[in-house]
Amino acid sequence: MSVRVKLPTILRKHAGGEALVDAEGATLRDLLSNLESRYPGITKNIVADDGGLHRFINVYVNDEDVRYLGALETSVNEGDTVSILPAVAGGRAQAADPEDPGCVPEQRPPHQGEIVRTTS
Amino acid sequence: MRYGDILEAIGETPLVGLPAMSPKPGVRLWGKLEGQNPSGSLKDRIAKRMIQAALASGELTGKRTILEPTSGNTGIALAMVARRMGYRLTVVIPDNAGEERIRLLELFGAEVVYSPGDKGTNGSIEVARALARDDRYYMPFQYGNPANPLAHYEGTGAEIVRDLPEVTHFVAGLGTGGTLTGVGRRLHEHDPGVKVIAAEPELGEMVYGLRSLDEGFIPPIFDQSVLDRKFLVNSSDSLRATRELTEKEGIFAGISSGAVVSVAQRIAAEIERGDIVCLLPDGGWKYLSTEAWASELERAEKSVSETLWW
Repeated sequence: MSVRVKLPTILRKHAGGEALVDAEGATLRDLLSNLESRYPGITKNIVADDGGLHRFINVYVNDEDVRYLGALETSVNEGDTVSILPAVAGGRAQAADPEDPGCVPEQRPPHQGEIVRTTS
Repeated sequence: MRYGDILEAIGETPLVGLPAMSPKPGVRLWGKLEGQNPSGSLKDRIAKRMIQAALASGELTGKRTILEPTSGNTGIALAMVARRMGYRLTVVIPDNAGEERIRLLELFGAEVVYSPGDKGTNGSIEVARALARDDRYYMPFQYGNPANPLAHYEGTGAEIVRDLPEVTHFVAGLGTGGTLTGVGRRLHEHDPGVKVIAAEPELGEMVYGLRSLDEGFIPPIFDQSVLDRKFLVNSSDSLRATRELTEKEGIFAGISSGAVVSVAQRIAAEIERGDIVCLLPDGGWKYLSTEAWASELERAEKSVSETLWW
């Protein structure tokens, strides 16, 4: 099945700068293999070492998050759109410490200009 | 209804039918109007809960200033609570936040610190965390504070169960994950068959563009296992549904409400019968400057896509 794949900005370099590419596969897993064969290195941050989806990556088929469908076994059909996006909603990954949410491992003060402007 | 003070008037929001928004007669859509909370959003619930918890634990004392990274609603809610309870507040907000949000923060007496707008929420968290290393600040940190989902479990969720025990689906936006976690758990306790569905905003290129793939973040309080499905919604579809709410139901809601309703409509198209509750986080007031209701849809779309509406 020929499927359109929307790539996040950070992966476009593997596909010659393209934001939208085509790939084939009956399942997401097949599709990602196919994508990897066309653009080597592109799936390194999508598929984790254990063969599952990387924790901080979201993949959507027709705007639905595959984690709640079949994950990498989710079937894809002709004409579907697959979107790959980083999981955003907060600060750095390692700082998600429930014991001490205020702690940042790389302790550094704000750089000059990092606070754009203040009002009182 | 009579209350001792404004904080007691938080919660117990109306659940209103949306008869014109459903694509078929067997499926009923309902809107929980969280914009009817005192400071204008569902965040009043968590602001009160988090501050109460901090006072009880001793983390917040008169010597400390409350500090929080927020895209607006949590800051405004905290500002109201802080004013009523007599505490100082500093808010870190992305510099592309709407002017109404900033004005409200200032008039409530909050100190406003800006983070780079193109870094979105991540940017405001980064700046707030750096500031919070100074012990004179107490950061409730809505992304990691269990009082957040607890407020929704005991408040929002309990109200829905009481008002609509026949609920079949619940749709809410995914921000901190507090609403989905708290309400989701409460609904599943009531009926394990209820579907809990997240509407996730498709953010601008700029915000995604700066992310390296190992800088992702899942809010600590977000229990992903509570979700049955999650949908990505773009600003165009959110806007369309927000305008439809005004045109067809006479409801003036914020743009994230449109995102939620847009997902509810997609679900409604798939099922034959059901009662879908849509969590509508706030009213449309803070989005007037986005021209979301401009008569030309194209102009509205362009304006909204450039603003932080989440």
